[in-house]
Amino acid sequence: MKILVGIKRVIDYNVRIRVKSDGSGVETDGVKMSINPFDEIALEEALRIREAGKADEVIVISAGGDECQQQIRTGLAMGADRGIQIKTEQDLQPLSIARALLYVIEKEDIGLVILGKQAIDNDNSQTGQMLAALWDRPQATFASKLELGDGTARVTREVDAGLETIDVELPAVITVDLRLNEPRFVKLPDIMKAKRKPLDVINLSDLSIGSEHDLVTVGTVPPFARARGVMVEDATQLVAELRQRGLV
Amino acid sequence: MTNILIIAEHNGSELNPSTGKCATCATAIGGTIDILVLGNNVSGIADQAAQIQGISKVHLTEAAHLEAPLAVNWAAEILTIADGYSHILGPSTTLGRDLMPRLAALLGVNQVSDIMAVNNSHGFKRPIYAGNAIIDVTSPDGAIVVATVRTASWPDTAQGGSASIEARNATATPATHTKFIGLESGGGDRPDLQTAKIVISGGRALGSAENFDLIYALADKIGAGVGASRAAVDAGYVANDMQVGQTGKIISPDLYMAFGISGAIQHITGIKDAGTIVAINKDADAPIFELADIGLTGDLFSIIPEMIDLLD
Repeated sequence: MKILVGIKRVIDYNVRIRVKSDGSGVETDGVKMSINPFDEIALEEALRIREAGKADEVIVISAGGDECQQQIRTGLAMGADRGIQIKTEQDLQPLSIARALLYVIEKEDIGLVILGKQAIDNDNSQTGQMLAALWDRPQATFASKLELGDGTARVTREVDAGLETIDVELPAVITVDLRLNEPRFVKLPDIMKAKRKPLDVINLSDLSIGSEHDLVTVGTVPPFARARGVMVEDATQLVAELRQRGLV
Repeated sequence: MTNILIIAEHNGSELNPSTGKCATCATAIGGTIDILVLGNNVSGIADQAAQIQGISKVHLTEAAHLEAPLAVNWAAEILTIADGYSHILGPSTTLGRDLMPRLAALLGVNQVSDIMAVNNSHGFKRPIYAGNAIIDVTSPDGAIVVATVRTASWPDTAQGGSASIEARNATATPATHTKFIGLESGGGDRPDLQTAKIVISGGRALGSAENFDLIYALADKIGAGVGASRAAVDAGYVANDMQVGQTGKIISPDLYMAFGISGAIQHITGIKDAGTIVAINKDADAPIFELADIGLTGDLFSIIPEMIDLLD
């Protein structure tokens, strides 16, 4: 079985986001970029499945300009067998990403797709669900536990009400939550090895994926700041302050 | 013509307040507003939905395979009623975030995630980068708008409506490839985090699951819901469904009190719509004090018992 893992190049989660003064977006010049943290967890899970002998190959895929090859190489250094870049200078929206993934799934005969539950840049949380719909296959989102059986997967999902368990037949799309695993660190020799692993490039323009239903972003602003608060000295003052404001 | 359909969220016996919040958002968009209730033996839910003010019609579709809210079955059923609607809204809860993108893809459109404000019928504000930037997005004219509504940004709609209820047969084919096994609920008798007026959260500084009893004691004193930072959840002090933040629950209580939470941006994302934010932390430089309306530097292990006494 082949596992496909989607990874997205995003601003590193430790970077403080700055909105450009002209409202055209957020500052990305000179900013540290990384693999979306949820996608690292997705890749780690795929690698563990392969290491347990339940999959033959792990393929990492990313869509973007050539700079996203850095993240694909990092994925290869973590242990993926090969990489695919969907080459485009467009900022693809989830429906287009899902269509591009579906093309690769059908071409490669993929048995399981593992994705992050959301990207920490646009916070959309859509791609996996859309892919499952277009592929007409099961989806198991927000996974915190994954057990593979014979042609099936039992997935524990983190939902608002607690932990939900579902069984899905493979092939399926699984999107992962934070507590599924802790991704491994990349070792230096693996970075060297990753340079020799295959990385195929597919031009998005060859796939006839339209963008006619794209949303248009017309402006970006910083969030509203809250007014400066007050400091109190002790519990007595705190409770008095809460009472005065009618909160307790 | 703007015709809006809201997908009702419920647990089989009670309508989730997220549905009323979607109705408030729908009212801001304007037009006729209907609600679709999917489930099994849920006519009581339809009755509750019909009481939300401003609703024209409640569609009720009951079937065994719709009992568990599996996105695959719910999306297929919604697709059969989508024709004639200009907007389909669901909440930005785990239900809506699982379901609505699947529906959007079946309809061939992108989804607007987490509407926090409405500019016009096809223009919305939504947060990106964990709320560190807000964008204005427009959805293409002539295509159906599928969106999730950021529940923390919208108040519940008032009751007092009397919408008609129309039963509608399930027509989509049930999926055989996905089976619901069960739901293990971590919550106890305390108020639900997403609807509680007061929420008290603890962080890693609590140090153990036993010490979280302090948080529970204070919460029970004032009828609060209890939340936690990711660090406290990862350390195993509390169940995962108590996590507040970018990857947990996004909440907007009237009062939020954070004990021993430093205030990582991922946590801040989950609480910044709260009416009043109170932070209690030993570290005077903790980032949460930048956001807090009321701050107190000190040891939570002595402050909480004092507060419990003072609140008698």
